[in-house]
Amino acid sequence: MEKGDFCISTMASSNIAVLLTIGVVTIFVIRIIYVLYRSSKPLHSKSPRSLSTLIVLGSGGHTAEMLNLLYVLQKERFKPRYYIAAATDNMSLQKAHVFEDSLLGKETLEEVGGAEFMQIYRSREVGQSYITSVGTTLVAIVHALRLMIKIRPQVILCNGPGTCIPLCAIAFLFKVLGIKWSSIFYVESIARVKKLSLSGLLLYKLHMADQLFVQWPQLKEKYPRTHYVGRLM
Amino acid sequence: MGEKGGTMKDKRVVFVTVGTTCFDALVRAVDTPEVKNELFKKGYTNILIQMGRGSYIPTKSAVENESAVLEYFTFSSSIADYLKEASLVISHAGSGSIFETLRLGKPLIVVVNEDLMDNHQSELAEELAERKHLLCARPQTLYETIADMDTRSLVPYQPGDAEPVAKLISRYLGFPDD
Repeated sequence: MEKGDFCISTMASSNIAVLLTIGVVTIFVIRIIYVLYRSSKPLHSKSPRSLSTLIVLGSGGHTAEMLNLLYVLQKERFKPRYYIAAATDNMSLQKAHVFEDSLLGKETLEEVGGAEFMQIYRSREVGQSYITSVGTTLVAIVHALRLMIKIRPQVILCNGPGTCIPLCAIAFLFKVLGIKWSSIFYVESIARVKKLSLSGLLLYKLHMADQLFVQWPQLKEKYPRTHYVGRLM
Repeated sequence: MGEKGGTMKDKRVVFVTVGTTCFDALVRAVDTPEVKNELFKKGYTNILIQMGRGSYIPTKSAVENESAVLEYFTFSSSIADYLKEASLVISHAGSGSIFETLRLGKPLIVVVNEDLMDNHQSELAEELAERKHLLCARPQTLYETIADMDTRSLVPYQPGDAEPVAKLISRYLGFPDD
C-alpha cells in the first residue's frame, strides 16, 4: 500500500517535472520568437537622448572601415562609447584613442561623451589548430561574458571578423533573458564581394543582427534581408 | 628609353608593399629581370620594396646596369609617404593598402597571394579590376601585366560615403533625421 502511494507520488512528481520543463521551454521559445520579431523592427521609443554603444574593432582593414563609420555618426547620440579589440591587436585601440582625442579637440567631453577601451581574448587566432581552439574558445566566452555584464550596451556596432560573435551571442542571450535590450548592427567588410564572411553569415542566418549592411549590390541580391546603401571606403 | 619621355633625371618610383604579411612570391617576382626590365621600359627608375615578414632578400642594384634601382625595407609605421612619392604601386590584396592607394589616385597593380588558405581577398581585387580601378595580377604573370599596362585606361575610384549607413542606423534607433 505504502509502496503504491510512493509510486504514484513519484509518478506525479515526475509528471509535474515534465510539465514544468515543457512550460519553461515553451516560454523560452516564445520569448526567442518575440526577440527575433522585435529585433527586425525599428525601435519606437521617442527619440532617445543617447545610447551606450559598444564598438567591436576587428583589425587592419576592418578597423579602418569602422572608423569611417564613426566619423559620421552623431557622437552625442552614441555615448558613452566602449571599444573592444582582440588582445593580440594593439593597433586598433590605438587608432580608436586617436579618434576619440580628435573629438575632444572639437567639442566638450559632455557633448561627445566619454570612451573606454578594452581588450578581449580571441577564440581562435589565424592558423591555430581546431583542437586547442576548443579551450581558448571557452576562455574567450567567459571573458566576453564578464565584459558584457559590465558594459550592458544599448547599441552594438561591429564589422567582423570573429571577435564580435561571442559578444553578439551574449547580447542576444541578454535580450532573451530580459537583462538588457540591445540593437546589433553589423557591416560586412568591403573585401566581401560575392559571399558573406563566416561572422556575417552566422549573424544573418541566426537573425542575430538587427541590421546587416553589405557594401556590394551583388551581396544584397544574394542575401535579401541585408541592406546596401553604398561603401564605407 | 622611357615610354612617356622620362629621362634618367626624373625619378619615377615603383613602390611594392606586402603589408604585415609574408609574401615572398611577390618580392621574388619583382626581383626577376623580366619584371625589372618591363618597369624600366615603362620609364620607372626606382623600385622600393616593403617586404614585411618575408625571408626572400631581393638583390639591391644600382642604376648602371640598364634596369631600375632597387631598394627594400621590412616595415614602416606608415606607408602613406611612400605611396605619395610613388608613380606606380604594386600591392598585396589587403583592403587597407588598396584603398589608401586608390584614394591617392595612384596607378595600382594588386598581386593576389595564392598561398593564403582562405583567399577571399582576391574577390575585392577582381571586382575593382573589373571596374577598371586597378590591375589584378598573379606573381607569375606580373611582368605581362606590366607590359600590357596602360595607366591612362584606369578609372579613378570615387571614395565611399558612410553617411547613408549612419543615417539608417540612427533612424532605426528612433533618432530624428536632421
